[in-house]
Amino acid sequence: MLNEGRFDLLARAPLLKRMLQARAFQPALMLATLAVFTLAILTGLAGTPAGSRNFGIIFVWIVWWALLIVVLVPFFGRFWCTVCPVPAPGEWLQRRAIVQRGPARPWTRGLRWSRRLKNMWLQNLGFLGVAVFSTIILTRPNVSALVLLGFLLAGVVLSALYKNRVFCRYVCPVGGFIGLYSLLSPVELRVADPDVCADHKTKDCITGNEAGYGCPWMVFPGNLTRNVYCGLCFECLKTCPKNNIVLNLRPFGSDLMVAKERRLDEAYKAFIMLGCALLYSVVLLGPWGWLKGWANMESLPHWGLYALGFVAFNLALLPGFFWLAVWGARRMTPARQPMRRLFVDYAYTLIPLGLAAWIAFSVGFVLVNGSYALSVLSDPFGWGWNLFGTADAAWTPLGATLIPFLQVGILTAGLLLALNTAYKIARQHHAHHRPAFLAALPVSGFALITTLGFLRLYLG
Amino acid sequence: MTRPPSPLSMRPRPIWVLFGLVTFAVLVAPLPGAAGAATREIALDATQFEFAPGRVHVNRGDRVVITLTASDVVHGFYLDGYGLERRVEPGITEQIAFTADKPGKFRFRCAVSCGPLHPFMIGELIVERNTPYWRAVGVVLVAAAGMLVHLWQSGKTRSSQEVINGTG
Ligand code: SF4
Ligand code: SF4
Ligand SMILES: [Cu+2]
Repeated sequence: MLNEGRFDLLARAPLLKRMLQARAFQPALMLATLAVFTLAILTGLAGTPAGSRNFGIIFVWIVWWALLIVVLVPFFGRFWCTVCPVPAPGEWLQRRAIVQRGPARPWTRGLRWSRRLKNMWLQNLGFLGVAVFSTIILTRPNVSALVLLGFLLAGVVLSALYKNRVFCRYVCPVGGFIGLYSLLSPVELRVADPDVCADHKTKDCITGNEAGYGCPWMVFPGNLTRNVYCGLCFECLKTCPKNNIVLNLRPFGSDLMVAKERRLDEAYKAFIMLGCALLYSVVLLGPWGWLKGWANMESLPHWGLYALGFVAFNLALLPGFFWLAVWGARRMTPARQPMRRLFVDYAYTLIPLGLAAWIAFSVGFVLVNGSYALSVLSDPFGWGWNLFGTADAAWTPLGATLIPFLQVGILTAGLLLALNTAYKIARQHHAHHRPAFLAALPVSGFALITTLGFLRLYLG
Repeated sequence: MTRPPSPLSMRPRPIWVLFGLVTFAVLVAPLPGAAGAATREIALDATQFEFAPGRVHVNRGDRVVITLTASDVVHGFYLDGYGLERRVEPGITEQIAFTADKPGKFRFRCAVSCGPLHPFMIGELIVERNTPYWRAVGVVLVAAAGMLVHLWQSGKTRSSQEVINGTG
């Protein structure tokens, strides 16, 4: 059953396997991203306050963001977590080593992470916390740099207090949504044969051995059925003495069907992400100046109202409407599962929809503002440098006529995947076709209305 | 459970031909145009970080004359799709004239860095009938209907296991 319909990448590409097994692979990429990250912090703190002239703003919120949401997350899942610089300093301090395996015991207080926090709720709240300030963070280089620095410090502090990558797994607001959307990605790390793991006494992937560390994401590869919490660090690929780790290509969205791991915190992550894509499209890309003023903290009471509305929309309004749709689905069929179960399960329909919405939203400003990247490359601080002769590159909006077509295509693809998902989830609750089809209709309607809402914002 | 014949050996079902035709119609059918062309004079003021009015409606074929002012700092005006660009300084009125010959929604953006929210200083010109929008709505509705028909047809004969695994 497991690995059926999968394409084993590492078996077909031994060179890729050798590369991923090399101890230097991850630190080399991390060093590169850490260098860019450091430059982004320095330019943010010391460079020009004009965002569009500042490397920190343009490279983080346009170049990195586009790469992440349009390429890495949809096609490679958590691959960003493989190369992310944020946990690097903390992890290297913890291990007292960068490339080769360091002393046996990692340097950390080794406290226990509270059971009640072993979920996505911190990441949900963290994301909302950043989101209500996002208009400020996206446009003020110094604020943006402080946020990045805050991430880095949080990574170091948590590494010193707790074992492993607690920050990545339970705290990082970015890691939360990458994990959720990696359910869709066509790449997965799994074990070839779970029985081999069950029979393996020492379980080197958990304990670590001379070839590498125990899983820093506190995951047991032998139990992996979804991508959410595997950070693709490839330590287990190095440590497993049974050569049992595989990297598979698979159909998009496969993990959405793993019913027994669906949880309310992840469902809420899906609501928050969809809700934020919708609100950002209204606030940032819309024509309503007063709303931008509120989001821009021009007066504190107005911003307070905005923040309140923002949070209420994501935590109450959107889930509330969805709850109604699920309630309708429940009324439509004789088999009555508990409401909460249905609510959580059907929320996974919103994962493809939300990712499509984020890509469509990002397409709306990344192409138009991409040309700033050329000028900040030559003059990262905005101090009048001209390193590569491109400092005076004029702002050239790209693809302005193409953008709406791309957005329609992306949103339609997301909607179709959502409808398909809704029906499949319904079939998990109903053995028979007809009741399942009916039960999927209200949720499908919700997805359709949401998509039409995005169309209205982008084209209407 | 009998396996259906390979898709290649199947003749297209009439229903899919129908969906193809409907999609095609949605994409190319002539939609009713808007009222006759006229000259439209629009006073547009730029301030940090908005244009007033934020949404401007004209009809396709209209001669559009925009009187552009800036009431705080230097701003710019760039119209998506039409590629028009102008810089505007406080106290100096700029005139931008063009024929709105393309239907749809076109954003106009500030084109001179004017402060933190400059990249999000955006207004909208809607050239009616906004046919691209209605066609997009049509495409989404037809696609959704097509998906539902597909799910209805393909799910009838398959067990839940087969549906969930995408087999059978
Ligand atoms: S070390 Fe390999 S075989 Fe052993 S439990 Fe881990 S993944 Fe399975
Ligand atoms: S399961 Fe393997 S690749 Fe995934 S985080 Fe753990 S050690 Fe890294
Ligand atoms: Cu401006």
